[in-house]
Amino acid sequence: MNKKKYTVALAGNPNTGKSTLFNVLTGLRQHTGNWPGKTVIHAEGFFTYKNEEYQIIDLPGTYSLYSNSADEEVARDFIIFGKPDVTLVVLDATALERNLNLALQVLEMTDRVIVCLNLMDEARKKGMIIDTANLSKKLGVPVVPLAARNKEGIEELLETIARMVHGEIKTTPLAVSYSRAIEEKITKLLPLVKEVVGEEYPARWVALRLLDGDTSLLHALQHHRHHFFREGSAHACHCAKSI
Amino acid sequence: MARAKLARLSDAKPGERFRITKLEIEGTMKRRLLDLGFVPGSEITVLQKSPLGDPTAYRVSYTTIALRKEESDHIYGERIGNE
Repeated sequence: MNKKKYTVALAGNPNTGKSTLFNVLTGLRQHTGNWPGKTVIHAEGFFTYKNEEYQIIDLPGTYSLYSNSADEEVARDFIIFGKPDVTLVVLDATALERNLNLALQVLEMTDRVIVCLNLMDEARKKGMIIDTANLSKKLGVPVVPLAARNKEGIEELLETIARMVHGEIKTTPLAVSYSRAIEEKITKLLPLVKEVVGEEYPARWVALRLLDGDTSLLHALQHHRHHFFREGSAHACHCAKSI
Repeated sequence: MARAKLARLSDAKPGERFRITKLEIEGTMKRRLLDLGFVPGSEITVLQKSPLGDPTAYRVSYTTIALRKEESDHIYGERIGNE
């Protein structure tokens, strides 16, 4: 046992049992600290499945990834710049309407997503029935039902993670379509964005952030890739707005 | 019946339900409210006011969220009575 270690990121709303899942997966093989330069808790752990090592990062619980706060910024930056092999989005099965917001945002950022429907035991108690197969078809990524605190569904999750890191799962993440005006602007911006960020970052998502005037993302991009956007960040935002 | 004039969420009393029509607020606060579930079309229940009257707790898609008057003042919609 040597070779590559796979990285798994855990994203999810607060109180969805994200950390319970993290603890179940890693046991005592974990340590916590702060994200560099931020007062945001950073928890990472390790687990082994079928003789392969996985590193798992428990991202801060957030409702969104549009960087209203340091928590959201950390979670967003890790998904974009950390490029995890798999991102698990943990959803509270009893409050899907609320939780799917974050799932859709993550699907715009990466196609290596597994949706974990946690708290299935609670949902059952409330008499809720969730058509996971249909949900998976609509979202275009695997959906795994879980009850992390009873260790229910963990085996299936591990198997799905393993298959995804080995490229055995093809995903077709649902792309939210916006109003015609916005879609037209995206179409105009896309070639420019691709020219600047290349294949490295999700171009459609970057275009959307530009249209939103998200300066915090531009700063982050600047930080990660020095040779582009040197004076470009303000300019880029300006261009995006004027389109 | 004629359409009632839009009310502010801050006018709704505990126990009342409220359907959001629009948010008259911009920038990150708007984004934040949308992320928390205060989206046009959604139905909200006013749970209770804190002892000093502000903030107020609301039930929004199965979760309790408290807002200050400075936020709930900018959320407009219809009061749809008690549950």
